[in-house]
Amino acid sequence: MIPAAFDYHRPNDLNGVISLLQEHGDDARVIAGGHSLIPLMKLRMAEVPHLIDLQSISELTGIDSGSTIRIGAMTTQADIIDNASLASSAPILKEASLQIADPQVRYMGTVGGNVANGDPGNDMPGLMQCLDATFILRGPNGEREVKARDFYHAAYMTEREDDEVMVAVTFDAPKGGYAYEKQKRKIGDYATAAAAVIISKDGSTCKEASIAMTNLSDTPVFCAAASDSLIGTSVSAEDIKNAVNSMIDAIDPAEDNRGPVEFKKHAAAVVLSRAIERAWQRA
Amino acid sequence: MNDMTPDRNERQANLKGLGSSRKRVEDLRFTQGKGNYVDDIKLEGMLHGDFVRSPYAHARIKSINTDAAMALDGVLAVLTAKDLEPLGLHWMPTLAGDKQMVLADGKVLFQGQEVAYVVAKDRYIAADGAELVEVEYEELPVLVDPFEALKSDVVLREDLDPKADGAHGPRKHHNHIFTWEVGEKEATEQVLDSSDVVAEEMVYYHRTHPCPLETCGCVASMDKVNGKLTLYGTFQAPHAIRTVVSLISGLEEHNIRVISPDIGGGFGNKVGAYPGYVCSVVASIVTGLPVKWVEDRMENLMTTAFARDYWMKGKISATKEGKITGLWCHTTADHGGFDACADPTKFPAGFMNICTGSYDIPTAYLAVDGVYTNKAPGGVAYRCSFRVTEAAYFIERMIEVLAIELNMDAAELRRINFIKQDQFPYTSALGWEYDSGDYHTAWDKALVAVGYDDLRKEQAQRVEDFKAGKTRKLLGIGLTHFTEIVGAGPVKNCDILGLGMFDSCEIRIHPTGSAIARLGTISQGQGHATTFAQILASEIGLPADSITIEEGDTDTAPYGLGTYGSRSTPVAGAATAMAGRKIRAKAQMIAAYMLEVHDDDVEFDVDRFVVKGAPERFKTMKEIAFAAYNQAIPGIEPGLEAVSYYDPPNMTYPFGAYICVMEIDVDTGEHEIRQFYALDDCGTRINPMIIEGQVHGGLTEALAIAMGQEIAYDNMGNVKTGTLMDFFLPTAWETPNYTTDHTTTPSPHHPIGAKGVGESPNVGGVPAFSNAVHDAFRAFGLRQVHMPHDHWRIWKTANDLGLHG
Ligand SMILES: Cc1cc2nc3c(=O)[nH]c(=O)nc-3n(C[C@H](O)[C@H](O)[C@H](O)COP(=O)(O)OP(=O)(O)OC[C@H]3O[C@@H](n4cnc5c(N)ncnc54)[C@H](O)[C@@H]3O)c2cc1C
Repeated sequence: MIPAAFDYHRPNDLNGVISLLQEHGDDARVIAGGHSLIPLMKLRMAEVPHLIDLQSISELTGIDSGSTIRIGAMTTQADIIDNASLASSAPILKEASLQIADPQVRYMGTVGGNVANGDPGNDMPGLMQCLDATFILRGPNGEREVKARDFYHAAYMTEREDDEVMVAVTFDAPKGGYAYEKQKRKIGDYATAAAAVIISKDGSTCKEASIAMTNLSDTPVFCAAASDSLIGTSVSAEDIKNAVNSMIDAIDPAEDNRGPVEFKKHAAAVVLSRAIERAWQRA
Repeated sequence: MNDMTPDRNERQANLKGLGSSRKRVEDLRFTQGKGNYVDDIKLEGMLHGDFVRSPYAHARIKSINTDAAMALDGVLAVLTAKDLEPLGLHWMPTLAGDKQMVLADGKVLFQGQEVAYVVAKDRYIAADGAELVEVEYEELPVLVDPFEALKSDVVLREDLDPKADGAHGPRKHHNHIFTWEVGEKEATEQVLDSSDVVAEEMVYYHRTHPCPLETCGCVASMDKVNGKLTLYGTFQAPHAIRTVVSLISGLEEHNIRVISPDIGGGFGNKVGAYPGYVCSVVASIVTGLPVKWVEDRMENLMTTAFARDYWMKGKISATKEGKITGLWCHTTADHGGFDACADPTKFPAGFMNICTGSYDIPTAYLAVDGVYTNKAPGGVAYRCSFRVTEAAYFIERMIEVLAIELNMDAAELRRINFIKQDQFPYTSALGWEYDSGDYHTAWDKALVAVGYDDLRKEQAQRVEDFKAGKTRKLLGIGLTHFTEIVGAGPVKNCDILGLGMFDSCEIRIHPTGSAIARLGTISQGQGHATTFAQILASEIGLPADSITIEEGDTDTAPYGLGTYGSRSTPVAGAATAMAGRKIRAKAQMIAAYMLEVHDDDVEFDVDRFVVKGAPERFKTMKEIAFAAYNQAIPGIEPGLEAVSYYDPPNMTYPFGAYICVMEIDVDTGEHEIRQFYALDDCGTRINPMIIEGQVHGGLTEALAIAMGQEIAYDNMGNVKTGTLMDFFLPTAWETPNYTTDHTTTPSPHHPIGAKGVGESPNVGGVPAFSNAVHDAFRAFGLRQVHMPHDHWRIWKTANDLGLHG
């Protein structure tokens, strides 16, 4: 677990980062918290001759929370957990962040790294899809916006170009009830199955619903059909079952040490029904 | 004497001797980051070694090209089997009488096997060099299943003559290693045939790994000027390592100094000799510079000694009333590519024949077949005496299965079969003489402590509620009564590589009444510096705080066989007491001289010798120590020192009663431990706080093993659990609360009655956790499923029993 040699760069502004990315192309990668990238480098599964550290770039940090929320890419998971105003405007972020890894990792791991990484095990991509977030990317030609729901193509394959930097994520403050439900084998583990759910109510019927699942496919899975199936219902046991069934159709889990496909589908069903129940109670 | 004179109790307390919960003296440096581990050792000009390892589990090596690696700036040497062959070091003997490749000689037998060793100026260059070594492999068919291996035409060990006997007798097949039989086969089969009830099961104890926090490593330093080799390493048996190094390198033993510095956990993983040690020694001899090799976590999990991997087919018979009549066991033991088990020579399956457990079983038979497969070698005692956890798990599962067969309460079934207190010393059907025990007292105390009868009522209600759809959680009550066999062992039947398994202690009392004692053992976290000082304090009447304990340097410590198998207290602890008694005997003569009375007229009293019948006339041990160095006493040599080499007359037999209460979510397969009660009887208790710590640690490792920890292979022989993401190591988060308790049945043959405790909680803990899982599903017809009970396997159990609707 010794990485190959690399050059270390630490620019002070985004232009510096982008020009290094342009100069070295495939040979360069940005590093944020390093808690996904460094393990890959140590296993020599990623070779990065030029490592560009983002930690001196102040415009990538900070949380603005109002009716629209903007979280800078270099914001750590610990920052999210500690931010009181975010905890009240979008409490699902805190609930989810507390289920990521362990405190030590959360002091290092960033939102930008978590969503840009493209590992299906990461929790934030599914969360961002549930929130219908927008990712702000900056490249040589300036900034562009990509919806979280359009960002992921396959494991480690995203919409981001090699010379683009994730600057921030933005989304509207969610309304209604929420839940992030995750089954894992132990503390510090990626999900066996996880569900992000946001539901709003109109009287006693469901007005809006949004469901996304994590680590059950090679990308996060936004479950449009499952979400829509709840709208207009009273979210009864039967309605939940229907939503769960459409979710099962949308996921495509693979067997690994967490268990066979059949078990993962079962676990997905359990976490989603629990998440819907909890979100509905809070709505 | 005056009012200020401390009374007897105060004097006793000042010693911090036996029974005192003295704080661990080693923790001062460990908690301040001041420990000195192998990787902290940095010597002038030190080089670094790294291995090229096989990606394949079974392959022929067509060629190895080291040119590119050698061309890398900073690489000094790349060793392959060809380089070691002229020295006769391309293979090395294993502790089990087999031999093992140091570097791949023509083929590889497991994934991660050492193929080449790169020596470089720093650790990074060594790793880069290893990347540049080009090895051409030709894949061979892979055998990961021991039953298939015994049928297959594929020959794993081409170096062995298939017709010739192995180290433990005849071999039945080219992939067979040995058969070991104990007990009476025919008599047992007759009993099984004629008994009212017979229960039969295959009990698998999966392959796992000790995974100490510090991995294995060494620094070899050959001084070419004086011809002396110093070898620092993570050795649980430094003296035996010195002898092995001498035997295989040809260096004279006095020219070798082995030092085990602080060790960050061993649990059996650091008993054996590994290719890394041999290669580092050779590299240091070749270059004349010190060479360091330290494994990374994946190398540790994938290549250095694993534990368990026993397929135990069992039959147990009883009368209708539940009195056990016979036990039969056939074990298929998966040893991997080489037989590198760490067992006493005459016990190729360790003390597996303790598998009659705590029960009075009149007739029994055990056979073990060792098998080669394409997996890493090892088979060490992971926090247990040799194969004792396997044995305990086997019998404690068989008891549960028998209880199902008899439709009986498993606690009651145990009670009516326990060896009774008046039967000790008890000779078991498989040949052990249990020194002492009082199982009924311990058992009843445990059942009362957890409120056993109420728990069973609650469980019955839970089953009703589950069936009525009111809950999705089941309740399991995991029972275990285990008997350990530790303290190997009597030299008449216990040796490793021909070295008798005695142990030793050497004490020097300094003139001012403090002391240093050196032992043949080595602490890896057990707290020897604390507890051995306590044994001595009680024996020689000097405060434990004034006694330094030192281990691990073969140039200074007396020879001993090291620390594993809970042997330190039973063997080296006994040597310590015996050496202390020699000190005391001499002190008695000195005291008598000083008090001007006959030797027989003084007696020992806590920290002094007093004139019998005149307690105001005394000499403290401190005064006596000074006298030993400043007075010319007729007929007595100056100084106050003693050595004892202790050959134990028997093993010791700690035991315990554990009960685990577990909630199980049948949908997610998740569990929650509601209560864990652990009663241990380890005889005389030296330091209750350390015992409690040992029990907590051992139970947590048991939890890991039972609930998720495994070394799993796919069909191609790839290790699937080679990192801590997949290999379960519990943190504080997963660790439940434990309630500890004890009874005290001293060992009748041990000088202070102590029995050893470090491993009991792993031996008893695994069946307690696993039985709880099984018990939760008993009402739904479950008899036996294999560990580890991780989420998906529990879910599958529930699913197979139709509990998911
Ligand atoms: C033991 C352990 C357990 C973990 N458990 C979980 C878990 O349960 N759930 C979970 O979600 N995560 C988990 N993680 C991962 C952790 O949250 C990571 O920190 C996170 O995935 C990546 O964030 P980072 O800041 O560390 O990114 P880095 O590791 O620095 O980068 C990851 C990738 O993203 C790219 N990148 C980073 N920032 C940017 C940016 N601004 N623009 C463009 N590309 C960028 C990098 O080039 C790299 O390819 C775990 C990690 C560890 C070590």
